[in-house]
Amino acid sequence: MSPSILAAASTTSTGEAVQFWILGTVAVIGALATILMKRAVHSALSLAGTMIILAVFYLANGAYFLGVVQVVVYTGAIMMLFLFVVMLVGVTAADSLKETLKGQRWLAAGAGIGFGILLIAGLGNASVKHFNGLGEANAGGNVQGLAALIFTKYVFAFEITGALLITAAVGAMVLTHKERTERARTQRELSERRVREGTQVTPLPAPGVYARHNAVDIPGLLPDGTPSELTVISTLRERGQVRDVSGESLAELAALEQRSSEWLERGGTGRSAEQRRGEQARQRDEEATR
Amino acid sequence: MNPINYLYLAALLFTIGAAGVLIRRNAIVLFMCVELMLNACNLAFVAFSRLHGNLDGQIIAFFTMVVAAAEVVVGLAIIVTIFRTRHTASVDDASLMKL
Repeated sequence: MSPSILAAASTTSTGEAVQFWILGTVAVIGALATILMKRAVHSALSLAGTMIILAVFYLANGAYFLGVVQVVVYTGAIMMLFLFVVMLVGVTAADSLKETLKGQRWLAAGAGIGFGILLIAGLGNASVKHFNGLGEANAGGNVQGLAALIFTKYVFAFEITGALLITAAVGAMVLTHKERTERARTQRELSERRVREGTQVTPLPAPGVYARHNAVDIPGLLPDGTPSELTVISTLRERGQVRDVSGESLAELAALEQRSSEWLERGGTGRSAEQRRGEQARQRDEEATR
Repeated sequence: MNPINYLYLAALLFTIGAAGVLIRRNAIVLFMCVELMLNACNLAFVAFSRLHGNLDGQIIAFFTMVVAAAEVVVGLAIIVTIFRTRHTASVDDASLMKL
């Protein structure tokens, strides 16, 4: 450890400054995207990006252990938990854009800006002309330094943290546990109820259009060519992720009818109809090239 | 560059998170904004640790992470429970203490 690092410094390296301004901009953009994106999934991904950038900043600030923990715990565990709940809950949970309190959004934005001005002005008044740097504290290794503090000065806080984690785990299990208040129906009872109600006795029809598409998001077609709602699962229907291919098959049906009518006309009237057929074929080719 | 810029960034991120809590209505996004605020505080603590030249700030940030993890676990469990009874994740609809 060179003495220049150990001594109080007043500025950082140019590389760190460049990294700060580039990544800091991205972090702020990610934070703004978190609160402005309409879908919760996009918010979660933006927040994950911001957290990774914060991990880089921790590393740059000499907090090597915390930088790694930030990636593993925050972006690895917490954000994945968020995404899990978004997938579980967010299917039907469209964020209502209707304001329940009039002008609340503008007031909130104004309050946020005012709060930010206060915070940043307060920081601007602080006189930080030079700083100590972590060279001395990290001299024996960052993890060793943290461990020495956790197991001596902060040992009570550390143990209470253990109690907190156990309480949280038990609390999550208690909260998400669903007590069954009635006996689970057997398969026989379920089938009898289906027959009694008479709504859908057979299994639901499969999705997909025979020999063309077999994806689950493509509704099967009824004999008249319109899509059948029953064939696509309700989750995709609620999300509006149903791909409708009925237009294609209706167009194909129309083309087939046109060809057969041409064929019948040729059989009926002879040469003049054949000329007409040639014109129609040319038209079809033009349509195809278009 | 002075490391106090990290504090300015932390203040900005905290402000964005606070504004998000006020503006958004979806409970999951609210939680994300709270996480953003906690992360901003962590960045401030780490920057303070460097300014002061000791590791106490990093210890505080470490404990904040643990508390945040516990908070997220319980909070998301509450959101899942509310969603199960009300079929919505909007905080406007959870206006009564009972169903």
